[in-house]
Amino acid sequence: MLSFLRQLGLSLLDLAPVLSVVLVFQVGVIHKPLPDVLDLMAGVGLTVLGLTFFVRGLELALFPLGEALAYAFARKGSLFWLLCFAFALGFATTIAEPALIAIADKAAEAAVEGGLVASDPSTCARYALGLRLSVGVAVGIALVIGVIRIIKGWPLHWLMVSGYTGVLAVTPVAPPEIIGIAYDSGGVTTSTITVPLVTALGVGLAHSIEGRSPLVDGFGLIAFASLTPMISVMLFGVLWTT
Amino acid sequence: MDNLGLGANLLTAIRDCAPIVATILVFQLAVIRRPLPHLRQVILGFGFVVLGMALFLQGLEMALFPLGEAMATQLAGPEFVRFPDEGGYEWVYAFTLCLGLTVTLAEPALIAIALKAQEISAGAIHPWGLRLAVSVGVAVGITLGAYRIISGGSLVVYILTCYALVLTQTLFAPRMIVGLAYDCGGVTTSTVTVPLVTALGIGLAKSVPGRSVLLDGFGLIAFTCLFPIMTVLGYAQLASCLASMRR
Repeated sequence: MLSFLRQLGLSLLDLAPVLSVVLVFQVGVIHKPLPDVLDLMAGVGLTVLGLTFFVRGLELALFPLGEALAYAFARKGSLFWLLCFAFALGFATTIAEPALIAIADKAAEAAVEGGLVASDPSTCARYALGLRLSVGVAVGIALVIGVIRIIKGWPLHWLMVSGYTGVLAVTPVAPPEIIGIAYDSGGVTTSTITVPLVTALGVGLAHSIEGRSPLVDGFGLIAFASLTPMISVMLFGVLWTT
Repeated sequence: MDNLGLGANLLTAIRDCAPIVATILVFQLAVIRRPLPHLRQVILGFGFVVLGMALFLQGLEMALFPLGEAMATQLAGPEFVRFPDEGGYEWVYAFTLCLGLTVTLAEPALIAIALKAQEISAGAIHPWGLRLAVSVGVAVGITLGAYRIISGGSLVVYILTCYALVLTQTLFAPRMIVGLAYDCGGVTTSTVTVPLVTALGIGLAKSVPGRSVLLDGFGLIAFTCLFPIMTVLGYAQLASCLASMRR
């Protein structure tokens, strides 16, 4: 109970800065009174409570689960199944990601406006689905390559340099309407629930393989997963136009 | 964003969790074929995560999003920017700086990464130090992104320059921080940041003459992914420099 209260205080500390900024700008710059103070306070209370529960659940479930899975796969010693799991996790979580669904729909609108897509609803929906699939496959592949990297101990920046080179190589051939969306799609793929799980998986793998340091080799899965979608979305744009 | 109520948010959180749970279940049953350790604790924890996310989103929708979105639109709108051709966007920049700095501190995924980093570095990486470094990165990133929308520069040129900077920094940074720094780029944009940043981008693209909402409104998130990498690498370089000076 005491630790719960302490966590509650910590959550309040996390949220206080953003609230004060919004309040100061609302009152001091825009010169508008605060709308509905009661709603506002209830909202702040819920946010603090929610963050507290989330962090508690993180320590109870997501972190131990990711590590337990990493150890289980390491003990089993089957690289094939580990890679299958990595791909499935990346693909499944990305396809269902609400932020990606929203971005894909907006991107389809942009494509209609740019004259890339005929403006009937079914083509539009196909375009949005194609975008989501290409992002999902890209994240799956990124996790597979990232896991291989942890096992082999390759330095992360080699992967990142080749990823960046890939992005730059595809950019000139991609239709200009899709570039902004492609660059954004890298960032939205990793949801709040996926991040802790994937991090714990990477760190657990690095722990259980001899000669790997969790700090040097364990991180980096998410970095690569937010890079590959840029390439795949632009490639999708190229394929769609040809 | 519409205020959909707690039930709808609970549904969203469950839908967010479902593919993860399904994937893990399939592999646990078909491939690993062992019971999960601490099953009760894990189920309870997942419940906490779902409930926490739902409450968090509900609270944001009641308190933060309506104000933040309205403000982003207002500050970028004609009331504040009277002479769009001659600048006059100071308040937009001030707002994006403050918002980027503070909103990142409240990002749950970043809290998770910072906790993990503290744990495996045996306390050497302080969670608040890491989160502050990331926040500064996001603040600078969003502000530069807003400047690009206003000035109308090419996204590719900006991103190219950032890549070059990140890679140069990587060469000089301590090796142990590189993975963590790159990961911090990806985690900054989730629950809290994306809706506010999107509202800002669309608001700006609407009110600046000659910009298309759908074409220029995108690209802000790409900036918020790149700058934290730079600041975290810089933070590590600074820390190691200070440490060697003390010695």
